[in-house]
Amino acid sequence: MENLLKVTIDGKSIEVPPGTTILQAARQLGGNYPPAMCYYSSLKDTGGKCRVCLVKVAQTSETNPRPMPKLVASCLTRVEQGMVVENQSSPEVLEARNGVVEFLLINHPLDCPVCDQAGECDLQNLSYEHGTEGTRYEEQRREFNKIDIGPYVQLHMTRCILCYRCVYAAEQLTDSRVHGVLNRGDVSEISTYIQNAIDKDFSGNIIDVCPVGALTDKTYRFKQRVWFSKPFNAHRSCAKCSGQTIAWMKGDAIIRITARKNAFGEVEDFICNECRFEHKQLSDWTIEGPRDMGEDSVISANKYELPVISPAVNVDAKFVSE
Amino acid sequence: MKILLEHIDKPGIQSIDGYIKNGGYRSVEKALKQLSPDQLVEEVKTSGLRGRGGAGFPTGMKWSFLDKKSDKPKYLVCNADESEPGTFKDRYLMEHIPHLLIEGMIVSSFALTAKTSYIYVRGEMMYIIRILEKAIAEAYAKGYLGKNILGSGYDLDLYVQAGGGAYICGEETALLESLEGKRGNPRNKPPFPAVWGLYGCPTVVNNVETIAAVPWIVNNGGAAYAGIGIGKSTGTKLISACGNINKPGVYEIELGLPVEEFIYSETYCGGIANGRELKAVVAGGSSVPILPKNLILKTANQDARLMSYESLSDGGFISGTMLGSGGFIVFDDQSCIVRNLWNFTRFYHHESCGQCSPCREGTGWMEKVLHRIEHGHGKLTDIDLLVDVAKKIEGKTICPLGEAAAWPVASAIRHFRDEFEAHVRNPESCNARHLHFETAMSH
Repeated sequence: MENLLKVTIDGKSIEVPPGTTILQAARQLGGNYPPAMCYYSSLKDTGGKCRVCLVKVAQTSETNPRPMPKLVASCLTRVEQGMVVENQSSPEVLEARNGVVEFLLINHPLDCPVCDQAGECDLQNLSYEHGTEGTRYEEQRREFNKIDIGPYVQLHMTRCILCYRCVYAAEQLTDSRVHGVLNRGDVSEISTYIQNAIDKDFSGNIIDVCPVGALTDKTYRFKQRVWFSKPFNAHRSCAKCSGQTIAWMKGDAIIRITARKNAFGEVEDFICNECRFEHKQLSDWTIEGPRDMGEDSVISANKYELPVISPAVNVDAKFVSE
Repeated sequence: MKILLEHIDKPGIQSIDGYIKNGGYRSVEKALKQLSPDQLVEEVKTSGLRGRGGAGFPTGMKWSFLDKKSDKPKYLVCNADESEPGTFKDRYLMEHIPHLLIEGMIVSSFALTAKTSYIYVRGEMMYIIRILEKAIAEAYAKGYLGKNILGSGYDLDLYVQAGGGAYICGEETALLESLEGKRGNPRNKPPFPAVWGLYGCPTVVNNVETIAAVPWIVNNGGAAYAGIGIGKSTGTKLISACGNINKPGVYEIELGLPVEEFIYSETYCGGIANGRELKAVVAGGSSVPILPKNLILKTANQDARLMSYESLSDGGFISGTMLGSGGFIVFDDQSCIVRNLWNFTRFYHHESCGQCSPCREGTGWMEKVLHRIEHGHGKLTDIDLLVDVAKKIEGKTICPLGEAAAWPVASAIRHFRDEFEAHVRNPESCNARHLHFETAMSH
C-alpha cells in the first residue's frame, strides 16, 4: 500500500494518495470545497485558468512549514505530506474569489432571463454565493459578432468565460477538433476557423461541459425553463456510447437529452451525438426513474411522477413503484 | 568597466572575422577543451550572474535545476522576445555584436548538455533575425556550430525562431508553447521548464543579455565577475534609457552606480532635456513601479539610490521599485503621469493573452477607467476603484503579466494621487494641455 499524504483543509484532515490535488482532496472531504469553472477532472489539461478555485497554502508540507507566497490554483496544486490549506476559512481567499467572480461578470451580459442555461449555470450559482448586488463596472460590455457553428450547438460568445473546457472536450472526445480560441485578451473568442460546423460525433458534449450558457443545445432552445422540466434517468442500447443519459421531459414529451452529471457537476459518461440529438421519442428510451439532482438544484424542488406509460414505452420493471 | 559592449565600436565586429580578431570565441575553445559542463555551471554560480530579463533570478541556480539525469534531450532557449515598453537593450546587443550571443549560446548549451538550442526573437525585429541567421551561418562555417565542434566531440545545432508579435511570448512558458507551434498561452507552474520545458523536455530559458555575459565569465572566471558590481548585484547591466533625457541610448553600467549619476552624468543620460526638472522614473521597464524624484534619487532612509537589484527594491513597493529589465524611462516635470499610465495600461490590455480571468478582464477594465479619467470623464471614486482592481489582479494570475499590469497602476496612484484627483477635478485644463501636447508632437 502506498503512503498516503495527510492534508488539512479548513481544519479538517484527510489522507489521500500522492498526486491528489487540493481540490480533489477537498471534494472528498465534502462541505465547502472550492468551486471550479474551468477544471474538469475527466478532461486532461483543463484547469488553472478561471482562478475561482484559488486557495491559501498556509503550510507547504511537514518538512517545509512555510506558506506558499501566493494563492494557488487548488485544481492543479498537488498535496504534500502535512500540507495545511485554507479555503473558506481565509478572508484573503474569499476576497480573491469575490474579485474573480466580479471579473467574470463585468463583461457577462446577465441575460439570465432568456438564457437556456439559467437554473443550471455555474456562473449563476457562483455569483449568488460570491457576487455583489450591484456592479462597479460602468463601461460598455463586450460584444461579439454572432457566428453559426452548426446544426446542434448554439454559441453565445458574450456569455463565454473562456474556460477552454469545450476546446479540450472537442480535442479529446471527437476525432477532429474544428474550433478553438481565436484572438487574445478580452477579445478572445471561441470560434471555428474558417467558418465550420461543430458536428463531429461526441461534439455535443461541449454543451454539457460549458459552465455557462455560451454553448447550448439548438434542439432544446427556448423549449422550457429548466426548473419546469422533469429529468429522468434513461438509457438505450447504443453502439457508440453507454447510452446512459438524462431525458428531460415536458409533460410526456422528451425535450432534451443530456449526459448524467455527478455531485460535482461533471459528466459521468460522455454520450454520442445520436443519443443526444436524434432520439427525442419516448419510445426510443427505457426510462429508469426520476433523476436525483442533488439538494442544491432548483430542479429537485419539483416533486413529480413517472411519465404516463403507454404500451410503446419501455420502463424497467424494477423502477416502477407499486 | 565594460563586459558586453567592450568591443562594440570595433570595425567589423558584426562579422565573425572582426569578432574573432577582438578575442571572440575564445570561451568556446576554453569551455569545450578544458572544462566540464558541471564546472561551467559552478563557474556561473560563482559569478553571481542574475537573469537580465527582469526577474533577476540567479542564473547558476536556474542552470543547476535542470534535470540532467533525464534521458530526454535538454534544450537551451534564448529569450530574445524583447518587447517591454522602454526596453531595447537586447536588440542593440544583437544588432551590433551578434556573435557575442552566439558564443554565449554555444558555451551555455555545452554547460547544459543541450544538443539543440533556439533563439526566439520578437517577430517585429526581422532585421535582427537576418543578422543572427547570418552570424549563425558564419559560426557553422568556422566549425563553432554543427558536429564535433573544434574536435571536442560536442554537437550543437542552433536555430532562430521568429515570434508572432505577442508580448506575452516573452513569458518563458508562453515562449515555449509558441516555439512548439501552439498558441502562446503561459503554462501553469509547477512544473517549471527545468523539468518540463520545450516538448516536455528539461529546458533552460535565458535572456539575451544573460547569455551574452557567459563568455566573459568563462574567460575570466566567475570570481572575477563577482568582483564587479555591488553585493549580490554582480557584474554589469545594460540599461536602455529613454524619455525626457538629453542622451537616450543603451549604456552598460557597473551595478551599484548611483541613480543620480546615471541620470545627470554626461557619460550616461546627460541630464533632463530642455532644461527641465526630473519628475519621476520608471526604472526597469514599464511593469515596475514608478518612483517620484525624491524616491528614485534617495531611498526612504535617505541613502543614495543605486542601480542594483537590492537598492532599487529597497523599501519594497511602498517606497521602492525594481531593476527589472533595465528599461529606464525618465519623465520631466511637464509629463503627465495619468496619460502615461493610461498608455501603459492600454499596452497590457492589448497584450493580455486572455487565458485567466483576472488579467483578461482586469486589464481592460483599468484601461477603460483610465481612459475616462484622462479624457475628463473621471470620478474621484474611480481612483480607489483602480487601486482595488489592480489589487485583485496582482498575485491571482497564471503568469507575471498580471503583476506587470497591476504594479504601474498601484504605484502611480500611490505616489501621484493628487495628479489623478486634479484630472478629475479640472478635466478642461488637462484636456487643453494634452491638445497642446498633441499639436506640438504633430509638427
